[in-house]
Amino acid sequence: MSWDEFTSPSALALRAEAIYRDYRLPAVREWKKTSSGPAIGYMPIYVPRELLHSQGALPVGILGGGDDLEIIRGDAFYQSYICHIPRSTIELALNGSLDVLDGMLFPAICDVIRNLSGIWRMQFPDKLVRYLDVPQDFDRSMGGAFYRRELEALSLELVEHGAKPYDQESLRSSISTFNENRARVRELYAIRQQEPWKVPTSELYCLLRASLAVPVEESTGMLRRYRDLAESDSSRAPMDQARVVFTGAFCEQPPLGLIKTLERAGCYIVEDDFLSIHRFLRHDVPADGDPLENLVTSFLEDAIASPTRYIDRDVKGRDLLERVESSRAEGVLFGAPSFCDPALLDQPMITKALDKRGVPWTAFKYSENGGQFQVIREQAGTFADSIKLWSEA
Amino acid sequence: MTEAAVREAQKDSSQLRQKQMLAEHYQRLARADDTGEKSVYTFVPGNLTELILSFGLVPVLPEINALQSGMRGKSREYIAAAEKLGHSEDVCTYVKSDIGMMKSGNVGPTGERLPAPSVLLLSYTGCFTFLKWFELLREEYHCPIVMLHVPYQGDGKITESMRTYVVEQLRRKVIPLLEEVSGRAYDEDRLKEALALSAKAEDDLVFVLESAKNVPSPIDAYFGGVYYIGPIFSAFRGTQGAVDYYRALRSETEQRVLEKRGPLTPDGELPEERYRVVVEGPPNWTSFREFWKMFSDEGAVVVASTYTKVGGVYDTGFRHDPSRPLESLADYCMGCYTNLSLPQRVEMLARYVRDYRADGFLINSVKSCNSFSAGQLHILREVENRVGRPGGFIESDLVDPRYFSASNIKNRLESYFQMIQQKRSSGETR
Repeated sequence: MSWDEFTSPSALALRAEAIYRDYRLPAVREWKKTSSGPAIGYMPIYVPRELLHSQGALPVGILGGGDDLEIIRGDAFYQSYICHIPRSTIELALNGSLDVLDGMLFPAICDVIRNLSGIWRMQFPDKLVRYLDVPQDFDRSMGGAFYRRELEALSLELVEHGAKPYDQESLRSSISTFNENRARVRELYAIRQQEPWKVPTSELYCLLRASLAVPVEESTGMLRRYRDLAESDSSRAPMDQARVVFTGAFCEQPPLGLIKTLERAGCYIVEDDFLSIHRFLRHDVPADGDPLENLVTSFLEDAIASPTRYIDRDVKGRDLLERVESSRAEGVLFGAPSFCDPALLDQPMITKALDKRGVPWTAFKYSENGGQFQVIREQAGTFADSIKLWSEA
Repeated sequence: MTEAAVREAQKDSSQLRQKQMLAEHYQRLARADDTGEKSVYTFVPGNLTELILSFGLVPVLPEINALQSGMRGKSREYIAAAEKLGHSEDVCTYVKSDIGMMKSGNVGPTGERLPAPSVLLLSYTGCFTFLKWFELLREEYHCPIVMLHVPYQGDGKITESMRTYVVEQLRRKVIPLLEEVSGRAYDEDRLKEALALSAKAEDDLVFVLESAKNVPSPIDAYFGGVYYIGPIFSAFRGTQGAVDYYRALRSETEQRVLEKRGPLTPDGELPEERYRVVVEGPPNWTSFREFWKMFSDEGAVVVASTYTKVGGVYDTGFRHDPSRPLESLADYCMGCYTNLSLPQRVEMLARYVRDYRADGFLINSVKSCNSFSAGQLHILREVENRVGRPGGFIESDLVDPRYFSASNIKNRLESYFQMIQQKRSSGETR
């Protein structure tokens, strides 16, 4: 069934949910039947998908096993005090779900993901395994030059694993393709912020997650169709919900049930950092000139203030406050995965900035495989009620 | 005789010398506000001590302060203070101990107040938490900060691209800021002199660490090792004081080898070496002596450890090189243990087990440190497979006493040593 055949946004979102929940990556397997290039998985936050795409590779987002996967061997790799995503990811690899992938990229997120790259290298010596060391220096001539060399090395490594050689024109075209995709994502967030009842976060989440498991062209078609259906659906009516930003979920993802719980508890999540790769770059990447340099410059100068990035000349929390303001949110839900260093070490600085500005917030922790949300539901419900009752907004 | 008196009686002259060096260093820091000396807060892995000293600045190492707080029994209250301020129970306890110490008056290990930093030198080497730690400190101190991003050896090697990146940052960011803060121009000749002194001390440190290849080992390369690395991992690398210290330590070690004496332990010299083990991971600091005694009571000697490589890996041949000062500093930073890939760490451990004729290896997995701990269970299996000797796994923490369960750890260690004994009896090892 093509995306254009769907007639309701919820049905389309259900289809997207089914895609992302199928850890055998059926869309990738399908793609490989007709394509000669490699399928390359990547861990969350950000990788330059445009480069992979331009060389005929399929970038595939790997975001752990969520709440569907029984962990059998993954726990033998990680102690109880380490977050959940690496153990479910290695589980997927060991149970054969990821055998369709020809390689994996591990962007510099934290020490856990960094070390997972080493485990991968030892477990899968024949696959492409690359730790993508993105710069923490944002000067074009230092961090930028280093990052460019990293991308050039990645490009060569892709070729060794069956990708086409680097080609400027192809990269320009791929940048345009991803710009189009990013525009559709931004569009849906805009509708969500304007009329949140039309695009529930639980649906948007499914679309964005499925988008990482299918070719970008298909994702764009799916997002476009959903937009049309959501905009024309008159059955969805506004509710008296508190507008909140959800932050802290940039790597290990919350279970879908948790997102639904928050919505049912009275929250419109009008801004979030789920699946941050979609909006890691705030704007389009220029497609003219030297396209590789454009990718570098966008990373250096146009990326969000992710907790995985060193905040150099900026002020901690400013980015979040701006998101609160632009989304007209009334409060912030700080939800971090248990044992997530980037999120939890950031929390005191972020909440301090919120306090300074008088933005209400509440915090909780989750795990991708968590199934009990009652406590969080009560907490979020109380938070939403307090906003509705007492917020100046 | 009291226990304290016994301990005092068993100190080598090098240990007394080190104690004196550290005391003078902390006194210097305590007087900094009066003398006008400026301090640089930085980290042990990837520290740029020679460069800092060449500007007349004084290094302060928050991890050292945190571990000292742990050993002095202060970390519990410091961690509680930080958690009360909103720091999660899930994150690094070095950070929380440091934040708690700062909020409690910033009193250092000698009981004297430490100066606020004149500059934060964030050498981002092998540990993601460092980045957040100094973002947190920046919020408190409002002083200049400079970030040195040290690329990780994901591919198990240092490339020219990585080296160029670090050198450029040193030349164009770190040095100009240190010039500005210190009011002194960069003096490469002074830096070269310091690097030459570093190399001398590094030679002697390697001799001392490798002396554990002798049977019996004259040193304990983990519990004793953390004292041996003290000067070179902290504020003294590149000084004549460090050269003198390591020369003295080497002489003592040579003497012990000649006399076939075992290492000093909390209870004096170890009478009999029964087990030789390699240890991966940092020690627990809050029950350091108790932890050590669990080994020494069994006659177990740690003949090599990876923790003693966090501030620099020298036993594979690297030396600071005055002929290429900045490149050499870059290579040093990138070569620190926690900046190595997991395959490199496996290789190092396997080599240690073989070269040091160890009966097996133990991993002390600390809750606080993902850089060390994430992947250690895989390391355990890989090293076992490669060397055919048994690995053991214990869990504790750096400076949070809530995570040190003495009875659990003791049980595991006793079982582990029994296992070695059994394998030995059946002819599987040695």
